[in-house]
Amino acid sequence: MKTLAAIGIGAIGPGLADWSQTREILSGRVAYQEGPAPAPAPAMLPANERRRSTPATRIALEAARQATAGLDIDVAGLGSVFASSDGDMDLIDRLCTDIYGNRVPVSPTAFHNSVHNAVAGYWSIAHGCRQGSTSLAAWDGSLAAGLLEAATQLACTERPVLLVAYDVPATGALAPHRRFPAPFACALLLALGPVAGSLASLDLELATAGAEDRLPADLGPMLEVLRAGNPAAGILPLLRVVARGAGGGVRLPYLDDLSLIVRVS
Amino acid sequence: MPLAPLAIAAYTLTNGLGAGIAPSLSALRQMRPGLRPCDLPDVPLDTWVGSVEGLDGEPLVGDLAPFDCRNHRLAALALDQDGFRARVAEAVRRYGAGRIGVFLGTSTSGLRHTEACYRERYARGAPELGAELRFAYTHTMFSPAAFCRRLLDLHGPAVAISTACSSSAKVFAAAQRHIACGLCDAAVVGGVDTLCASTIFGFHSLGLVSTRPCTPWGLGRDGLSIGEGGAFVLLERRDTEDGRLALLGCGESSDAHHISSPHPEGAGAALAMSAALASAGIEAGDIDYINLHGTGTPANDLAEDLAVTQIFGPGVCASATKGWTGHALGAAGATEAVLCLLCLEGGLVPGTLNTDRPDPTLAVRVRQVSQAGAPRRMLSNSFGFGGSNCSLVLGWQ
Repeated sequence: MKTLAAIGIGAIGPGLADWSQTREILSGRVAYQEGPAPAPAPAMLPANERRRSTPATRIALEAARQATAGLDIDVAGLGSVFASSDGDMDLIDRLCTDIYGNRVPVSPTAFHNSVHNAVAGYWSIAHGCRQGSTSLAAWDGSLAAGLLEAATQLACTERPVLLVAYDVPATGALAPHRRFPAPFACALLLALGPVAGSLASLDLELATAGAEDRLPADLGPMLEVLRAGNPAAGILPLLRVVARGAGGGVRLPYLDDLSLIVRVS
Repeated sequence: MPLAPLAIAAYTLTNGLGAGIAPSLSALRQMRPGLRPCDLPDVPLDTWVGSVEGLDGEPLVGDLAPFDCRNHRLAALALDQDGFRARVAEAVRRYGAGRIGVFLGTSTSGLRHTEACYRERYARGAPELGAELRFAYTHTMFSPAAFCRRLLDLHGPAVAISTACSSSAKVFAAAQRHIACGLCDAAVVGGVDTLCASTIFGFHSLGLVSTRPCTPWGLGRDGLSIGEGGAFVLLERRDTEDGRLALLGCGESSDAHHISSPHPEGAGAALAMSAALASAGIEAGDIDYINLHGTGTPANDLAEDLAVTQIFGPGVCASATKGWTGHALGAAGATEAVLCLLCLEGGLVPGTLNTDRPDPTLAVRVRQVSQAGAPRRMLSNSFGFGGSNCSLVLGWQ
């Protein structure tokens, strides 16, 4: 696998507004304070879509925005990968509740927004981006699957790729069946590495499954709860290595028999 | 950038026409229909569907029992046809189970089972869906890939791609990239999707479901017939040999236009087709047949017509096969890729079932009746909600 360069990073979750705040917390310079999960309205969408956008769309598009903000890149030329274990469970709950509980016609908007690639669709519309985009899932390994897909796209197209990973708790009848402690989204703008001035170089390697890296106790228990319980937040140990700037390897969960090792330099 | 072609080591499909490739091939040859009036008890709509028989009485058992749901039963039935599992076992001996990936497309995974849990909950007045949901094994988007890994005992990379109706075309591209990067040597790719109340009602709410068997490219066409199905292909990295079926190229794009309507001029679709040709290192004139996405909605077929005409001109040989299978949504891409493969091998150019009067305002004149032929290279189009487009080039090496 070719080396990747992380050019931009986005991160958003409870008490984590953006990458610069997340970096300060993960490097130990600022104490983590759990807060409400932010859900900024995506300014990139037209007013109607912005108003109707779901929490999943809001958090994913905010992470994407952060990773590309202030960079001299052509966003419309980016390939993209959107990784989420279960997408927008609220919309599935709404469709099923309308059909079997309320016995009313389903909402066409809820239906078309329920596709797993709705967030990718909104992102491509917002930026006029006609490059290919892949929306995928791999249960608790969705982040790792997204990293692999992004890395292979990058290697084969030699075009920068935006990876967005997001997982958002359900609030309806599905909630007890797939519990996420809080919403979290992250984004990495990746180019073929190494690139001078990039935030980090990443090398990916598959390995037999083993215990994934956890966050150290000195960061407090709540961030580790988020990491362990939200597949997208599985990126936090990797972001911690980037934040500390010393390099190192991180083992991320992928499949029941495989881990993904990411070496950061 | 061109990637090395991949050998097609095996393929199979199951849909409303029957289990395995034989009923699909004979139905294409004989112009035999496969759609029937929708009889889902919870979907009292006047519409036609492509539904698979024989799944209700065949639960998954043993260590597969937790996965039991209609979508995985359908996957298991499909994988059991045409010696597919034996060919996968040969690939395991050749490469090792850890070197074979699983890349599956689905739009709704086990949602049909989830719907049954909701129906039961409301029928009983229960506060919860209950443990029978088995979310991790049935509902979650990845579960078809997890199920196929378990069934086939494969241990390579795996992912579920869910980009609505392009899902199981895009898995070919993802597998080709993973193999090119050395993450695996072979891959089981495919798609599986089941008839669901949510999708039929959902498309109906958008005014996209026909009350008749769908008539792709037809005059007065008024929407989809929805289908279910499973289709699988075993791709292998092998030294290229002449006289072998291969995945020659893949092209992907986004419309960047609307979440549920195609770009009116088919701009994204045209990009996907030209990217597929570039990926295969061939020209438009090298394509002998196009399997159109051809859903039968007024807007979809019009946009695709403009896109195909732009790249291939109006004289290209093309048809749409959803009149046989229905639109299998997340399984459509793999279903139509396999239909192309069996036509390449069977020497057939399929027609367009149900379309007795093609729309004269569309430039591409679709083949109406299936004919014997010797096509060498085919292009298959799959376009989905969210503006997700994928075109595949399949053919003889």
